[in-house]
Amino acid sequence: MAEITKLIHKYLRHEKKFPHVWCPGCGNGIVLGSLIRAIDKTGLTKDEVVLVSGIGCSGRLPVYVDFNTLHTTHGRALTFATGVKLANPSLQVIVIMGDGDATAIGGNHFIHAARRNLNLTAIILNNNIYGMTGGQYSPTTPYGALATTAIYRNIEHSFSIAELAVTAGASMVARGTVYHANMLDGLIEKAIRKRGFAVVEVVTHCHTQYGRRNNLGGPVEMLRWQKETAVRVEKAQKMTPEELEGKFTIGILVDRDLPIYTQEYQKIRETAKARMAKAR
Amino acid sequence: MNDQIKLGRPVLLQGNEAMVEGALAAGCSFFAGYPITPATEISEAMSVKLPALGGTFIQMEDEIASMGAVIGASLAGAKSMTATSGPGFSLMQENLGFACVAEVPCVVVNVMRGGPSTGLPTNVSQGDVMQARWGTHGDHPIIVLAVSTTRDCFDITVKAFNLAEKYRTPVVILSDEVVAHTREKISLPHPGEIEVIDRIRPNMPPDWYIPYEDNSRGVPPMGIFGDGYRYHVTGLIHDVRGFPTQRRDEIVPFVNRIFRKINQYFFDILMVKEELTDDADHLVVAYGSVARSARRAVREARERGVKAGLIQLITLWPFPRQIMEPYLRRVKAVLVPELNMGQVSREVKRINQGMTRVETLNRIDGTLITPDEILVRLIKM
Repeated sequence: MAEITKLIHKYLRHEKKFPHVWCPGCGNGIVLGSLIRAIDKTGLTKDEVVLVSGIGCSGRLPVYVDFNTLHTTHGRALTFATGVKLANPSLQVIVIMGDGDATAIGGNHFIHAARRNLNLTAIILNNNIYGMTGGQYSPTTPYGALATTAIYRNIEHSFSIAELAVTAGASMVARGTVYHANMLDGLIEKAIRKRGFAVVEVVTHCHTQYGRRNNLGGPVEMLRWQKETAVRVEKAQKMTPEELEGKFTIGILVDRDLPIYTQEYQKIRETAKARMAKAR
Repeated sequence: MNDQIKLGRPVLLQGNEAMVEGALAAGCSFFAGYPITPATEISEAMSVKLPALGGTFIQMEDEIASMGAVIGASLAGAKSMTATSGPGFSLMQENLGFACVAEVPCVVVNVMRGGPSTGLPTNVSQGDVMQARWGTHGDHPIIVLAVSTTRDCFDITVKAFNLAEKYRTPVVILSDEVVAHTREKISLPHPGEIEVIDRIRPNMPPDWYIPYEDNSRGVPPMGIFGDGYRYHVTGLIHDVRGFPTQRRDEIVPFVNRIFRKINQYFFDILMVKEELTDDADHLVVAYGSVARSARRAVREARERGVKAGLIQLITLWPFPRQIMEPYLRRVKAVLVPELNMGQVSREVKRINQGMTRVETLNRIDGTLITPDEILVRLIKM
């Protein structure tokens, strides 16, 4: 308990903008907790960390934490983060996005950020719905689910955020849940330490806008669903496709070493300088 | 392309290249952009020159991303810039508004081409004057400058960076296809002659720093990411600490302050070039490439005994009302030639309020207004 209090006082803007905007039982607070514990373990100072977010419930997360924080326009968090990182590569830039933020309006930025492989950490809170605007379907709302803009059921097929990131070329891709909070701490820490574009998809729940409308129960039932449906990647390898039906995997999906943008760009600087010197 | 441009010596440059030289002279170290005619040469020259100077060029996936990256880089301390043309400028508007509200200095070049939509991509136009002012949603001030010659492209770009840094605001430069692509021999000033202004940074202990606190200038000192002055940056209306607010007593002073910081320094921002205006009966008000035609027309009109004068607008927004009004009271007629259906002429008419006769000369076919066309009108007036 003392440990938690210490972290709260160290990292939260407790005297400023609380209480937070999230519904009671929301998973976002668990992600915030994991993020703080992960950053604390990496030993980064508060001045070295820049937290960037888009719009939506997840977008409010940086408000509560005492880092350099940047709350951008909807879907554009990764583009702002790209500018920050390129202007000062020594900053540790962590980007928080929601599923709609990252894969609908920001879908193009997401795949290009992964392809470009800047040394950024992207944490995507996937609750399968647009929560803040009141429960409209998102690119991760399951086929057949109900939403305020899909009261006749959703006929679109959902993205797998993590698999999209793997295909687009991210250096590290992981998936966790807010139920497996200890594991999430580790995944986020590893993503922050990773050199290159690292993505953590966090399966979380929106009982207010998604669970209630789809009869999935409250936060407890939705967390139980995460517990029962998530399979660790190591275990999944030994399971048959039938056994994996309806399940999703958690853990590190990809971890590979690829050239980092800022290092590559340093080479360009040297080439350009040499060319200019020759012209002189 | 010239790899090596020596300041202080004559060089052959096109407007787009001169803009890059101006930006670099002003200290620009970050450029993000997406290729679009007729602004592309700015990106190309930046991609060659910035890395050699230790800066960064990045070609983003679109203009929305470019504007986002420009803002991010500025918040991390870089003087940053992007360049585009009409369709791309439309995409940038969302984040341009963010830069206004979060008070992030940056420079956005819009090399105007025919529009609307994909329009006339390789033809000249001045159709984005109102978009530069009102393209975003909501209320905010902005500074918009117009260039008319290659040398202007250098000087005004330096000026744009200085104004952006001084007033913590995005500054839009409106160029056009003709200015952008006209090659001419110009002499660039020696680095020592160029005034370069940097943003004011906080110097109090970090705990005392209130990032959006009002002061006599209306422009709070700007902490940058990583320098120890941690604060929250948002596009939401925020309190003096940068946190989102819905309180009336915090919203109103904030919006008032961002307007005040521009109004208060009106005369520092206003730039016009006046020629033969002292005794003029007929006044031509022009900007951009049209101002060059107008200058020639005014000189020729004088030779024919018509007392014509030219006001070339460099600052388009805030509109130089205070400079225009004394003329409007005095002259017999004003002619506003422009390559659109009448955007600046509408503004001139708005402030004119019946003081004199305001005539327009509009062209929207993607070609220039010639000196002769203006001259004919001047003689008829």
